[in-house]
Amino acid sequence: MPAPVLCQSCGAGRAALRRPKTGQALCRECFVAAFEAEVHGTIVAARLFQPGETVAVGASGGKDSTVLAHLLRLLNQRHGYGLRLLLLSVDEGIAGYRDDSLDAVRRNRGRLGLPLHVVSYRELYGWSMDRIARHVGPKNNCTFCGVFRRQALDRGAALLGADKIATGHNADDVAETVLMNFLRGDVGRLRRCAGILTGSEGALPRCKPLKHAYEKEIVLYAYFQGLDYFSTECVYAPNAYRGHARTLLKDLEAIRPSAVADLVHSGERLAVREDVRMPTQGTCQRCGYLSSQPLCKACVLLEGLNRGLPRLGIGKPSRMQKVLTDAEKPEVGFREDSQQASRAIRTVDF
Amino acid sequence: MCESEEGGGCGGGGRPARAPRGGRPLKCMKCKEGPPVLIIRVGDAFCKACFKDYFVHKFRALLGKNRCIFPGEKVLLAFSGGPASSAMVRQVQEGLSREAAKKLRFKPGILFVDEGGVCGQGLEKRGEVRSQLERILRATGFPYHLVNLEEVFGLPGSILRAVSHSATDHSQSYKEAVDGFIQQQELLQCERTGGPGESLPGRLAELSIQDPSEKETAEVPGPLSISHTAELTRLFGAVKTLTAREELLQTLRNHLILHVARTSGYTKVMMGDSCTRVAVKLLTNLCLGRGAFLAGDTGFSDGRHGDVLVLRPMREYSAKEIAFYNRLFGVPAIFTPALATKAPDRASIHRLIESFLCKLQSDFPSTVSTVYRTGEKLGAAPGDDDSDGATEPERCLLCLCTLDTNVVDGSSLQSTLLSEELCQKPPLSAGSSCCEDAPTQTGCCKAPPVAGAIPPQVWLLPLLCYSCRLTIKDMSCLEPLPPYIHSEAERRRRSRAAMKQEIQEFLLEDDEAPPAS
Repeated sequence: MPAPVLCQSCGAGRAALRRPKTGQALCRECFVAAFEAEVHGTIVAARLFQPGETVAVGASGGKDSTVLAHLLRLLNQRHGYGLRLLLLSVDEGIAGYRDDSLDAVRRNRGRLGLPLHVVSYRELYGWSMDRIARHVGPKNNCTFCGVFRRQALDRGAALLGADKIATGHNADDVAETVLMNFLRGDVGRLRRCAGILTGSEGALPRCKPLKHAYEKEIVLYAYFQGLDYFSTECVYAPNAYRGHARTLLKDLEAIRPSAVADLVHSGERLAVREDVRMPTQGTCQRCGYLSSQPLCKACVLLEGLNRGLPRLGIGKPSRMQKVLTDAEKPEVGFREDSQQASRAIRTVDF
Repeated sequence: MCESEEGGGCGGGGRPARAPRGGRPLKCMKCKEGPPVLIIRVGDAFCKACFKDYFVHKFRALLGKNRCIFPGEKVLLAFSGGPASSAMVRQVQEGLSREAAKKLRFKPGILFVDEGGVCGQGLEKRGEVRSQLERILRATGFPYHLVNLEEVFGLPGSILRAVSHSATDHSQSYKEAVDGFIQQQELLQCERTGGPGESLPGRLAELSIQDPSEKETAEVPGPLSISHTAELTRLFGAVKTLTAREELLQTLRNHLILHVARTSGYTKVMMGDSCTRVAVKLLTNLCLGRGAFLAGDTGFSDGRHGDVLVLRPMREYSAKEIAFYNRLFGVPAIFTPALATKAPDRASIHRLIESFLCKLQSDFPSTVSTVYRTGEKLGAAPGDDDSDGATEPERCLLCLCTLDTNVVDGSSLQSTLLSEELCQKPPLSAGSSCCEDAPTQTGCCKAPPVAGAIPPQVWLLPLLCYSCRLTIKDMSCLEPLPPYIHSEAERRRRSRAAMKQEIQEFLLEDDEAPPAS
């Protein structure tokens, strides 16, 4: 088309993009305004924040968290949320990935003027992801990293005295998770994953202010606002099962752009039968963190690593839990008899 | 055969059934006698007879477990000619012809919907398929109905209304339900024949199979009306995407099946969805935004129509099992092209999910069954079925599911609506200033009416569920929709307007969507 397409919102400016979410042609200003208004709308409608709260923004240096930190600071000023914002980063210890992305976070801290705190796997668990990956091999790395990060964020936020954690999960992430949990038959998570505000009892509440923002729009917004972010895929990611769900979602979006929002809608409306046994939430015997099992996943994985059995926490959970909680009793001389214990466990066929 | 078995396996239990490691099993793992012909699950080799027993048992067990068909009840078998529904018809035949105890005791009829009109088949080809079908159907000995999809243009608007029906009440025991059913039947019988004296010939007529089948097939207009085929083509031509076309076809087909069931007195409909099909449907519907309705769309029984219960007795068989059964026992099936036949993988969401699941299944062999079992754990949304009767929940005009479009705060639907509003806004209000004063009221943005650019769908959308809205949004114009949809939509809008009139003075805000519960 030779004539420039006009913005469908203001009718004056020249359209700069076609919105992935609605398909409308918009100019730059209208898109930025709409995107900000929508995130504000989400925050207000879902009552994500209360005035006076301290919110730790999970900052990885990637596009989602960069946009989230930028938006929260902007909207906090513009609409007077009355929040104290902090940046919280987790250093997993992945050379060539996290060290570079943390540099991006540090650059942003200067720009946003928000305090930054970094917690590292090495400090918290004594293991960096690189070391874990050397032990575990090419598969299941994301299991370790995901479980540890979840807890690391919580511990970091508690350390900083935050009331809430805001993460940069976007609509694509939620849709992907819905798909993945459906494929894996994980009904417990299926019900939880579509929530916008979770875990209010016990642990720190977490919220996803970008839950309804399309990944593509986040990239567009970051581009138009000239935000500095780090975009490289994690070196361990390609082997993850999530990849299947991700590919499927991209294909779905190509067929019907609203599929992302449709999946989120589906996830929100799923109703689990009342007679289905759901995992009950308790606390971990060892670290006191939220867990549906006697021991939380992080403790189990860590135990496996420390015993030289990295695959301990992967696969059938019931048997392994039993082995571990049985071993829990002679807690005192744990280090000494770990050799012996590991030998005993090796006879169990995992 | 038996000799070698007895000689070698004396006291050894099940030993000889399994082959030496890695080799082919030598005997059927069940009867330990017959030669195995196929492996059902890993390591389980069955002989032909045992496979048949296993297959037949599964069907009867599922019906027996759910106990929702009454003796003497008329059951309509939805037959597409494909492998699963063919196997289903065969199962019913087996169940009825059995001399053994526990014979199935319902009265089946078969329905075939000819969709050649939308799947690009010429009249000649359709005639061919038809004669092929009739040969198969006549061989079953059941009464049958051949219906053209074109007949949706003659459906009554009442097809879009759920009939409240006491028999779907599960609180009473099966025995009571059966008694109630029989009493009701007798009452009907008396009414129909004018008195108890004449009931015998009436019953005899129902027992004889040939007679009613003649009569019922004669009901169907023989020659296809060309004008309706053209209307159908126009209707599907107005749908822009294959995804929406698939959904529309499914909707229309369901309406037609329901119509045949109601007019011919069937109170149950059996669909031949296999386990594989159910898994594909679960994931597809999830992607189409039908998350709230997954249980109804794929479960064993679906009572959304009220008077006619839809059953899926084939949902525990994998497509592979069915293929083996049909091949081993010579079940005839015919191939009719569907909408997506020969279409590439990414032509529609339906196609994409099907190929995705099949590919994943070949890498992770438990994929289909895991998805199926995930679906098993889902139920109807709370407040869906346990309505107190006083306030009938509003149902989608097309799929008859309870509307899932109440706007919940912080939901995906709310955000989508907001995005649409923000982008269509007239230029005068900039940014988010409009919402600033009353942040919790999304209604304030709706105030400026959008002049001119109202898409034709707007008046239909409030009557539809989330997913059917998507389907209708993919249509360029709505006029080609069959008249019964228009008339029922009109009726609902009028009754809604009347209701609004009555409560007008109590309303604080003029809002299209029903309030969040």
